[in-house]
Amino acid sequence: MHPILVIVFLPLLAAIVAGLGNRMLGNVVAKSITTGALFVSAALSWPIFISYLGHGAEATVVPVMKWVASGALTFDWALRVDALTAVMLVVITSVSALVHLYSWGYMAEDTDQPRFFAYLSLFTFAMLMLVTADNLVQMFFGWEGVGLASYLLIGFWFKKPSANAAAIKAFVVNRVGDLGFMLGIFGTFLVFQTTSIPEILAAAPAMKGVSHITFLGMRLDTMTILCLLLFVGAMGKSAQLGLHTWLPDAMEGPTPVSALIHAATMVTAGVFMVCRLSPMFEAAPVALSFVTFIGAATCLFAATVGTTQWDIKRVIAYSTCSQLGYMFFAAGVGAYGAAMFHLFTHAFFKALLFLGAGSVIHAMHHEQDMRYYGDLRKHIPITFWAMLAGTLAITGVGIAGVFGFAGFYSKDAIIEAAFASGSEFGRTAFWLGAFAALLTSFYSWRLMFLTFWGKARWADSEHIQHAVHGQHESPDEEHGDTTHANVHPHEGTAGYHPHESPWSMLVPLVLLSIGAIFAGYVFHHAFLEDPEFWNGAIAWNEHIMHAMHEVPTWVKLTATVVMLIGLGLAWLAYGRQSSLPGKTAEQLGPVYRFLYNKWYFDELYNFLFVRPAFWLGRQFWKRGDEGLIDRFGPDGAAWAVEKGAVGARLAQSGNLTTYALVMLLGLVAAISWVLV
Amino acid sequence: MDFVASLGLILPELILSLTGLVLLLVAAWAGDKASSAISVAGCVALGACFFLVARTVCAGASGPDTVAFFGQFRADAFAGFAKLMIYAASGAALVVAPAFFGRTGQMKAEYPVLILFATVGMSLMVSAGDLLTLYIGLEMNSLSAYVLAAFLRNDSRSSEAGLKYFVLGALASGILLFGMSLTYGFTGTTSFEGIRAAVGDGLNGGTLFGLVFVFAGLAFKISAVPFHMWTPDVYEGAPTPVTAFFASAPKVAAVALATRVAIEAFGSQADAWRQVVIFAALASIVVGALGAIGQSNIKRLLAYSSINNVGFILIGLACATPKGVSALLVYLAIYVAMTVGSFVAVLMMRAEDGTPIEGIADLAGLSRTRPALAWCLAMLMFSLAGIPPLFGFWGKFVVFQAAVQANLVALAAIGIAASVIGAFYYIKIVKIMFFDEPADTIRGKSDWAHWALLAISAIVVSPLGYLLTAWLGKLADGAAAALFLLA
Repeated sequence: MHPILVIVFLPLLAAIVAGLGNRMLGNVVAKSITTGALFVSAALSWPIFISYLGHGAEATVVPVMKWVASGALTFDWALRVDALTAVMLVVITSVSALVHLYSWGYMAEDTDQPRFFAYLSLFTFAMLMLVTADNLVQMFFGWEGVGLASYLLIGFWFKKPSANAAAIKAFVVNRVGDLGFMLGIFGTFLVFQTTSIPEILAAAPAMKGVSHITFLGMRLDTMTILCLLLFVGAMGKSAQLGLHTWLPDAMEGPTPVSALIHAATMVTAGVFMVCRLSPMFEAAPVALSFVTFIGAATCLFAATVGTTQWDIKRVIAYSTCSQLGYMFFAAGVGAYGAAMFHLFTHAFFKALLFLGAGSVIHAMHHEQDMRYYGDLRKHIPITFWAMLAGTLAITGVGIAGVFGFAGFYSKDAIIEAAFASGSEFGRTAFWLGAFAALLTSFYSWRLMFLTFWGKARWADSEHIQHAVHGQHESPDEEHGDTTHANVHPHEGTAGYHPHESPWSMLVPLVLLSIGAIFAGYVFHHAFLEDPEFWNGAIAWNEHIMHAMHEVPTWVKLTATVVMLIGLGLAWLAYGRQSSLPGKTAEQLGPVYRFLYNKWYFDELYNFLFVRPAFWLGRQFWKRGDEGLIDRFGPDGAAWAVEKGAVGARLAQSGNLTTYALVMLLGLVAAISWVLV
Repeated sequence: MDFVASLGLILPELILSLTGLVLLLVAAWAGDKASSAISVAGCVALGACFFLVARTVCAGASGPDTVAFFGQFRADAFAGFAKLMIYAASGAALVVAPAFFGRTGQMKAEYPVLILFATVGMSLMVSAGDLLTLYIGLEMNSLSAYVLAAFLRNDSRSSEAGLKYFVLGALASGILLFGMSLTYGFTGTTSFEGIRAAVGDGLNGGTLFGLVFVFAGLAFKISAVPFHMWTPDVYEGAPTPVTAFFASAPKVAAVALATRVAIEAFGSQADAWRQVVIFAALASIVVGALGAIGQSNIKRLLAYSSINNVGFILIGLACATPKGVSALLVYLAIYVAMTVGSFVAVLMMRAEDGTPIEGIADLAGLSRTRPALAWCLAMLMFSLAGIPPLFGFWGKFVVFQAAVQANLVALAAIGIAASVIGAFYYIKIVKIMFFDEPADTIRGKSDWAHWALLAISAIVVSPLGYLLTAWLGKLADGAAAALFLLA
């Protein structure tokens, strides 16, 4: 039996056992089963990945069972393993295993733990189905599966209205993307007469520019339209500009979920899909330009918004959105290896940042607003060092040729590839990406300074007050007078003592820190310079992969320089305890509000789509359903029956003469009928 | 056919008549003390007749050999099938009575005797081959029934029921007699055979008048709309064992009689009466269902339920095909089982001191206080609503199937749609029993005879009943064939 079968189906089995067993099993058993299953999967995944590093492994397909055979439409359940899958396997199973372990500590006080762990394992199964898909339909199965798991986990605390709203929002926005993906799959089947990915990819290059298709009454290049439709699906799942609005709200879910689904794995499914279908996209230059443009725009947009948010998880969420933009424009310029490499390193440092943030939130008694943090460095040192590793990784600290943290290799490679592509979109992406790197550095360090340095500003936090007064009464201690930004929390600890998280949460942090520190250094050769490693799993654009190493020195230095500028700005504004941020925000009022309100995307969508949809729905509901169908259908029938019953009762007067009269009338009526 | 052979054919009726007369004398001499012994004797007589008739039914008796007294009387398989149901229902009426009347010392010796005489009348009805035999049988049954309805003389409701039944019954008899006289006047004969010969070329106005009047008179007996008005009042007022009897045996007899008149005498002119029957069928289904919804008394509800069921039975008659008549007989058989079972369940609703309870509200939470009774009643209600896998579904199924095969698709569709209304009040009772807070008023002990009868009917309506379908269908087909052979 191929180990991939165990890797994929063990999490499903664990999810079923834990989900159906639920309270019967009890917390510890359910948690052990799911976590154990994931660690087994992870342990089996790494050898597969390493076998590809050693150039030894060929792509294999493990059939599972027949699925559909109907005319030309045939596809089976089958698990495809190649280098691309292997990369995803280690990312998914490792992060998932660590998140499972982390959740032991983070969810310790939750009353519904088996359900949570079952969902986590179910998600992992769906994600594994997605990345092992050998045909588009199975990929769509995984695609929808992760969407479902994401919905369930965002709304895990279903008693919180905001969590429910966020879950619905995530689901609905993803439906828009999924529609594009579905249309793309339909179109692909129409054109290629198969859903098998290898067959499609083999046939794709020959289709470049030669075939046209009519879509929405327009005559368009076939490959362009197919790739654009598929990319719409990727935009939805990977929260790209336009369909990104669900991701920040998804932070309503428990933090381990944010780390696993909304940072490390599910949101990268779009990038994975573009890379998996890269020969198709290579045959559609217009679509690739669009991918580049959207990626770069998202990268910049999310980074600008990230600079103004106060909620620690939202900052990281926008950071994720921005990093996904990097991955997409890397793919757009043809550097699929760089895109996958950034996906790989990002999984480690972003999961680390989220889990670290979770640890901070845990320590700060569910306070998520960074304005009420400060000075946590000394109280939760391990979390601090882990977060520092993550920040160094995401901002891309390193010295060329010596050593660098993970992001140094992957992000810089993307920026260089964009420059090297030479195309207009590529150059634009380079400048946008470079500026976004500056902002990345700024918001990441802003987060660090606000959280770990400075003076404690916990006193005004409702959560902290609640914790303090709930446990032991203690008067507010010191009251500082330093004002800060536009809200002015007082300094002071309110007598609260943050505690470092339990070992179950710290072990994942430490392990992920190792990944964040070394993943780039160890693997950059394989991902970026070695077509043997990929072995045809992605389109290898020799020109660009070569050219990105030949870019001018100033380009190579750009990323490091802007990182340092961002660090400097963050230190000036937040590290030094100045009033600079407040003043800047005041002076740039409209701009600040524009960024703080996320470019007003939610308001715009609310006006353009949500309200008209509600209006239309209300019409259908009130006028169509209630006014027409119910009124003349069930309600009308019930009304008639009710009235009839009253009538029948009234007719039954108990009066003998009435009865006789009715008999005679009936007789007369019958005679009239038969005679006429 | 000589006289002696004719006597052989009416042997069951002879046995019942003689037993009735003898038991009347016993009752006169021994008084009410002998009532239980008389009941037992009546049951024995009914049982004997049941087996006598069962033989002819199983043999599928038909043709000239079954005609007695020069066409006055027919002992064919059709009549036999109806008689089996009648005897069984009458027997049940005898079995359930002592526990009901005995509590207040009102168990009179007349009761079993009256039941026996009513049964003789019904036997004659279903075997009638002539309008006069028909009338004699009908009146014999009716006169007994009037007395039975008013059996609790001191109870005003019972007396009222008896009086209402009598007055309206007399009116219906008048209509029937008038129709018979018209028919005789225009065809010159009272025998079904003669009438069939006379109307073979088409109906003239006078005969049509007569036909409608005769059907109106019979419609009263089967309580089809618009001749149903007496039913709820009489069913509610009459003592419950009598109501159980009314809802089962006479209904079978009247339906069988109407079927025989329709098929045997006027079968060639089915188009003339079909419209009226269809109207009565649909009106009965709808009015029965609507009327039941507002009721708070379970006996009244079951009265409407019987009107509703008559509608479905008439669909079988409207087909005017052997298949339709066979379906009608199958439906009747299942209906009798369900009705007897339901009324036995009503009989078992008693307060701690034994007072009968009839309020539907008193059934609340019965599933917790009396689970066995509640489950049996729930099964009967679901079965009456025609919900598979219970046996009541089968009756409706065969009737609708026959209607579809007779090209009465619209009738079948409307019937099915209207049966939804009926399902409402049946299931409402189940809801009250299983989901409402217990009223805990039904505490009285139940008689073993009641339990036995309830168990039998529950088993029949349960999915086990489907084991009977092949056998029941075969007998019903044979009976229907016997009817159409003469027609």
